[in-house]
Amino acid sequence: MDFLHALIVFCNFVAVPALAYGSQLALGALGVTIVFGILRFSNFAHGDTMAFGTMVAILATWWLQSQGIGIHPLPTALLALPIAIAATAALLLATDRLVYRFFRSKRSPPVIFVAASIGVMMLFHGLVRLIIGPWNQRFSDGERFIVSAREFKTATGLNEGLAIKTSQAITAVVAVAIVAVLFWFLNRTKTGKSMRAYSDNPDLALLSGIKPERVVAICWVLTAALATVAGVLYGLDKSFKPFTYFQLLLPIFAAAIVGGLGNPVGAIAGGFLVAFSEISVTYAFKKVLGYVLPEYLAPDGLAQLLSTDYKLAVSFTILVITLLIRPTGLLGAPRQ
Amino acid sequence: MKIRDPAMFIFAAALIAAVGFVQSWNVALSILNMCLVSAIVALGVNLQWGYAGLFNFGIVGFVAIGGVATVLVSAPPVQDAWQVGGGRLAVAAAIGLATLALASAAFLKIRPGRKRMLSVAAILAVGLFAYRSFFDPAVEAIESIEPARFGYLGGFGLPVLLAWPLGALLAAGAAYLIGKVALGLRTDYLAIATLSIAEIIIAIVKNEEWLTRGVKNVIGLPRPVPYEIDLQNSEKFVSAAQSVGIDAVSASSLFVKLAYSGLFAAVLAILYCMSQLAINAPWGRMMRAIRDNEVAAAAIGKDVSGRHLQVFVVGSAICGLAGAMMTTLEGQLTPGQYNPLRFTFLAWVMVIVGGAGSNRGAILGGILVWFFWIEVEHIGAIIADNLTFWLGDESPLRQHVMDSVAYMRLPTMGLILLLMLRFYPRGLIPEK
Repeated sequence: MDFLHALIVFCNFVAVPALAYGSQLALGALGVTIVFGILRFSNFAHGDTMAFGTMVAILATWWLQSQGIGIHPLPTALLALPIAIAATAALLLATDRLVYRFFRSKRSPPVIFVAASIGVMMLFHGLVRLIIGPWNQRFSDGERFIVSAREFKTATGLNEGLAIKTSQAITAVVAVAIVAVLFWFLNRTKTGKSMRAYSDNPDLALLSGIKPERVVAICWVLTAALATVAGVLYGLDKSFKPFTYFQLLLPIFAAAIVGGLGNPVGAIAGGFLVAFSEISVTYAFKKVLGYVLPEYLAPDGLAQLLSTDYKLAVSFTILVITLLIRPTGLLGAPRQ
Repeated sequence: MKIRDPAMFIFAAALIAAVGFVQSWNVALSILNMCLVSAIVALGVNLQWGYAGLFNFGIVGFVAIGGVATVLVSAPPVQDAWQVGGGRLAVAAAIGLATLALASAAFLKIRPGRKRMLSVAAILAVGLFAYRSFFDPAVEAIESIEPARFGYLGGFGLPVLLAWPLGALLAAGAAYLIGKVALGLRTDYLAIATLSIAEIIIAIVKNEEWLTRGVKNVIGLPRPVPYEIDLQNSEKFVSAAQSVGIDAVSASSLFVKLAYSGLFAAVLAILYCMSQLAINAPWGRMMRAIRDNEVAAAAIGKDVSGRHLQVFVVGSAICGLAGAMMTTLEGQLTPGQYNPLRFTFLAWVMVIVGGAGSNRGAILGGILVWFFWIEVEHIGAIIADNLTFWLGDESPLRQHVMDSVAYMRLPTMGLILLLMLRFYPRGLIPEK
């Protein structure tokens, strides 16, 4: 019984939140990894791309709400997703046209692309703050919980509750669906195969008649979709704030690099690894240990390795360690 | 070329003077002071990026280290805090160091394999518990000493100017450790690693209240220049001010700001001369050779990784110095302000605008970019006001536009960066 209690506490405070956060990071990392695979640079603007997509989704949600359109008990933001993805894709394609294409045509070194992506990052960040303001926005409506802690307790008769938020369940379902579609696209369709071919060897792909500009355009559309979905899911689960999204860039980089930049499977694995370590290192295990250990061994303190203030620092530490020990990532980038 | 460079500096000076005439000389001098500090940061970044091609995205971390150094040097010590926590902190530090030493010894002695991993992990785990058992109570005791006023260890109560070299030294030490492990990485990996390490440094500065008071800020740091109130009470100063025709109150605040400007300009001049000498010396040629072709430089016997580490340490030390100067200028440490957007990325815009590899360019970029960073809001407000005045004050569109002006800084900087990269990739004053 005690063991079951410990397990439920662990699930409630560590496993379920980490699964949701991990899926959000994985979707973000997939975007970073695809840009790296096709265009060969680390896209510093990705966090703010997520912010832009989420902002459009929020604005569309408000509009839908004002029209009385909704899909109760699901959040309205899900309806707004296609609009947001389209807007973000348009923005990224325009950015590519105005910024990156010039450097591609000049065959500039990756450093210049990174510097340009920083300029784009500042532009997007400012744009988002200009339109929606720097404050916190909550836009999640509909049912808050699928299973609330109290319902769980009465249903099972246990002392500990397990709450599952709607946003967490949606995150998991949407993430699985998106990843399935993405892998089907990359592995089964002709366009997806041409993208992988281009990523492996651009010159050879060019010789086999693959149009580079088309591959790049599809890459940006995919990135826009992944970034927007990741951003909206994160915003539904927590809340939307432009600076938080900028800061998300680093855990996302961590996830992408831990798994191996350019490797989609690695990005997903990295996302979950980063999320689980971030949450479990900063979680106070006092209650869990109290159930599992005999009374005389139960900890006096919180049994917390690091205070929650250092949450972000955990993913950075993972990132730095990976970069130092195995820069190609756990699953190894397919090439350098 | 010869005429263009000074002309641009005169243009920058004219911009600041214009602020003096239009807004006030007080504002103009505050902008000038921060322009000088920014120019110093830009010199440091230019050393790393322009001379050596190193992608350091951790500037904000080194600036923060400089700020902490200012507190450590100049804040008055909190005796009670030392008494209740000092001893235990020392023990904790000793345990921490011993753990690290033991772990690295075990790592080197035992052959690779499961045995090595387990023993290193065991040493670290035991060490962590021992360390925390001393560290946590010490921190709790220190932070409970008059938390509203102190709640931290304080500094050494030394003259604040000593913080400048110490800030540089501390930043250099941190840069040595970081460079030792991270410099082997490729460009964008190095950028991400340093960005992350800087975030860790900022997290420490924000959260370790026993050391820095965290977000509660340390205020009232001593100054290297006289206080306004003392000047206003000194007869000599008041009569001198009257003879120039300014009232004593504004004269005193101008005098204080001018004194800072003088100090900062002196530091900037020294650093500029040193960088110029270095770049024209054989060392500078070697650095450029390494930057342009690492393989070729290594083939003729240049120690590439050693030179990289050296220039990384020196450049970061300059950023630490600038951080200490900034905290001295503000008279307080506000860890909440250390934001990578404002420090790291802005410094990069400065160097790219000025021209990577050129010291004069870095200084010009630092001055111009900081000027626009501050004045964009003001200029933007004027433009927005003129564009929307016909809408009437009640118009929600006009109100939204006027409110949004406050967020114009970042997009303007992003736009400037993109335009420079595209049309003037070598900067305003290109490297020769």
